[in-house]
Amino acid sequence: MDLTVGVGDGRLMAGSPPNNDSTRRADHRQTADLTNGTIRRTPRRWGWLLTALVPAIFIGYFFVYPVARILTLGLSELSFGSSGLEARLIRVGWFTVWQATASTVLTLLFAAPMTWAVSRFEFRGRRLATALVTVPFVLPTVVVGTAFVALGWRDSIWAILAAHVFFNTAIIVRTVGTLWARLDPDILGAARVLGAGPWETFRRVTLPLLKPAIAAATSIVFLFTFTSFGVVLIIGGFEYATLEVEIYRQAVSFFDLPLAAALALVQLVGVTAALYGYSRYQDRHTSSWALSSDSSRVKPRGGARAGVVLAVGGTLSLLAIPIGVLVARSLGTDSYRALFQDDAVVGVPIESAANSFRFAAVAMVIAVVIGVMSAAVIAGRSGRLSRWFDLTLMLPLGTSAVTIGFGFIVALGWPVDLRASFVLVPIAHALIAVPFVVRITVPTLKAIPPDLHEAAAVLGTSRGRVWWRIDFPIVAKAALVGSAFAFVISLGEFGATSFVARPATITMPVMIFRLLSRPGQQSLGMAMALAVALAAITAAVVMWIDRLQVGEVGSF
Amino acid sequence: MRKLAGLAGLLLLLASCGDAETTPNSIRLIAHDSFASGVTEETFAAFTQATGTEVEVIAAGDAGSMVNQAILTKDNPLADVIFGIDDTFLSRALENEILTPFESQYLDTVSDGLILDPTHRATPIDFGDVCINYQKAWFEETALDVPQELDDLRSELYASFLTVEHPATSSPGLAFMLATIEEFGEENWLEFWADLRAAGVRVAPDWDTAYYADFMPYGGSSSMVVSYASSPPAEVIFASEPIDQAPTGVIDVGCYRQVEFAGVLAGTPYPTAAGQLIDFMLSVEFQETIPLTWFVFPANTTTPLPEEFVIHTVLPESPAQMDPERIARNRDRWISQWVSVMEG
Repeated sequence: MDLTVGVGDGRLMAGSPPNNDSTRRADHRQTADLTNGTIRRTPRRWGWLLTALVPAIFIGYFFVYPVARILTLGLSELSFGSSGLEARLIRVGWFTVWQATASTVLTLLFAAPMTWAVSRFEFRGRRLATALVTVPFVLPTVVVGTAFVALGWRDSIWAILAAHVFFNTAIIVRTVGTLWARLDPDILGAARVLGAGPWETFRRVTLPLLKPAIAAATSIVFLFTFTSFGVVLIIGGFEYATLEVEIYRQAVSFFDLPLAAALALVQLVGVTAALYGYSRYQDRHTSSWALSSDSSRVKPRGGARAGVVLAVGGTLSLLAIPIGVLVARSLGTDSYRALFQDDAVVGVPIESAANSFRFAAVAMVIAVVIGVMSAAVIAGRSGRLSRWFDLTLMLPLGTSAVTIGFGFIVALGWPVDLRASFVLVPIAHALIAVPFVVRITVPTLKAIPPDLHEAAAVLGTSRGRVWWRIDFPIVAKAALVGSAFAFVISLGEFGATSFVARPATITMPVMIFRLLSRPGQQSLGMAMALAVALAAITAAVVMWIDRLQVGEVGSF
Repeated sequence: MRKLAGLAGLLLLLASCGDAETTPNSIRLIAHDSFASGVTEETFAAFTQATGTEVEVIAAGDAGSMVNQAILTKDNPLADVIFGIDDTFLSRALENEILTPFESQYLDTVSDGLILDPTHRATPIDFGDVCINYQKAWFEETALDVPQELDDLRSELYASFLTVEHPATSSPGLAFMLATIEEFGEENWLEFWADLRAAGVRVAPDWDTAYYADFMPYGGSSSMVVSYASSPPAEVIFASEPIDQAPTGVIDVGCYRQVEFAGVLAGTPYPTAAGQLIDFMLSVEFQETIPLTWFVFPANTTTPLPEEFVIHTVLPESPAQMDPERIARNRDRWISQWVSVMEG
């Protein structure tokens, strides 16, 4: 059945029946991919393997090995037939899957108008809007949780879904937007010339071209919500439990490692299946043309103008509601000034920003280096090996934080004892951030028109030079969006870190936690003020990264 | 080959004994996040000055997560000293033999009720009483009496204005559940919870949510919340405007005394320095800093309490306490029973 082993995606495409898209499109793709396959395949094998080595060692040593160690440790003591567990497992597993699916679909729908507006149009405040949409992503769950609860959005599945949409909208807007903004305007123009209306053009041309990016973003949102922990606990109330929550309860509260390991395995299998389906889908939907290295945004006119205002304004104001609660709670008690003063107990709160920045910078560098190398590997060859490599890189997003944290401490004592070292913090963050960089970069890489390479090869340009002049500027833009995510992920201290034994370092989220764990109006005010500061810093950093000029784009 | 290995082992042992006698440059203290996030450069400065040994603090999540990590790394410990094992996790730590005995020179300053391990593997450092807090203004407005016993809470008048934390995800939640088991006994405690549920009690996943989202002073709808006896003084110290009366008070019913222990991790190469650190943590010099940093009470009874702790709170007269072994034997089952009553 599987003809794909060792064969470039060109031939797979040629051999598979055309999907529901128009024949014209399928034909076009076929030729494009054939050249793609022949050009990229054979001579690169060693280079490919070498490039794969670094990320493979990283993911192998910091993810596969620790997780395998803790799972075998747990499963070795597993005895079957524990009472009434299966029923609960089925209930929890089912809830986990359907809430993640529903959250993902809702996030996609909610983010669509905003994505359209910031990808297609150039308008005043566009960068600010895209930066602002990233803010929810970085806010600690406990902070957003209390805001939701204060609004009365709690104890229901709707509150959980709303929170998931709130946190994850940025993923869709930024991941899909990166590709959408660079769609070759000539193709869209051609469709128009051929008589297609705007809706027709969108449905028949734009949407199919965007599919890889949409699928990529969707997969990340799905994994994030699949492993949802804080949101389910705080906002969902105690009636809802995901596998993640259940694993925590078994591993931490009950110290039933065998059961926790069994649940973690179920979670891993589920995530792997979902990712496998995704990668099969991805194989069938690669668009190998139609990317320009310049953005194709235009000034909105007429009806579009109203649409943009509505989409951006509407999305941001909805996202602003919970954030408004934070701001309101942070005002009035001199909280902001207190952030800069020496508190008798916690020191100067704002100084925690320096620690956060240090970790975030390191995490970002690791994630971008590993991520871009991986993306080059994945985009450079298709086939089974490449697919499983890609899938493994994505797994940390869908693995329970407890599994990773406990895995670290049982596995990383040798050859160098890293278990309680500073480096584990940015590494844990990078594990979560690498998939972002990969998912954002791969569709872009795959979409670089192969005729550009051909032309360069014909003109006798060396391969390295071709990469530097053609691929790099386009990839760099995607990598920058990825690095913004990596930075932000680290600033927000994602899940796994709280289960890693690590040197006591006061980062911003830790300081917020510290302030929120003592009573008093001033404590709350300061915690909220620091959360607002975290949000502002995030927006500023993201905007700054977005503005960076990348190479001499398009000067080839 | 075997002999060689034995010899190497002996040499290693000798080497480590040698190290223990000379002072190490630094030792590691593994603690839960709440403790670790309160550590500043000054926290152990006096210890370092006296002994020449630095203290490196490692944060390891919540108390349960920390104990589990210590067990998983028993053969190759992450640290030399562990702090923050509470009475509900004590048995788990003792049964898994992660601690080695150490008898502190300050042990006679600690009241007997806190010494839960007669073999001195776990040394009490502080305690905190989990008690229901209430908003004074609400009780004044409604002219209701503050509940006098746990039974009063069964009425809708009170239960619908009470928030408790989930015992599986919150340590004050677990403590309050244990208090109800002590009060009503194993036969009747679930009935109490069934009544609370029917009367509309609220369950929050953790203390933060219960206090900062559900408690009335912070815009919530509960006038009572399971918190600590030390919360009212904190309300005064961390008020937005200076106040001389705490806006909240402590109800002296259903209180549970949580004790936090430190211990020397078995397998440390520096047992002497580790013991010195525990001695330091039980000395008045360190104990004095406990109330205002971590909002719990010092175990050393000769420690003077800060003024706020004297004025604005009451130490409950007879808080519940439970034998750690009994907790260890039953906690999973109790939590499951609680869950089936409250969620079923």
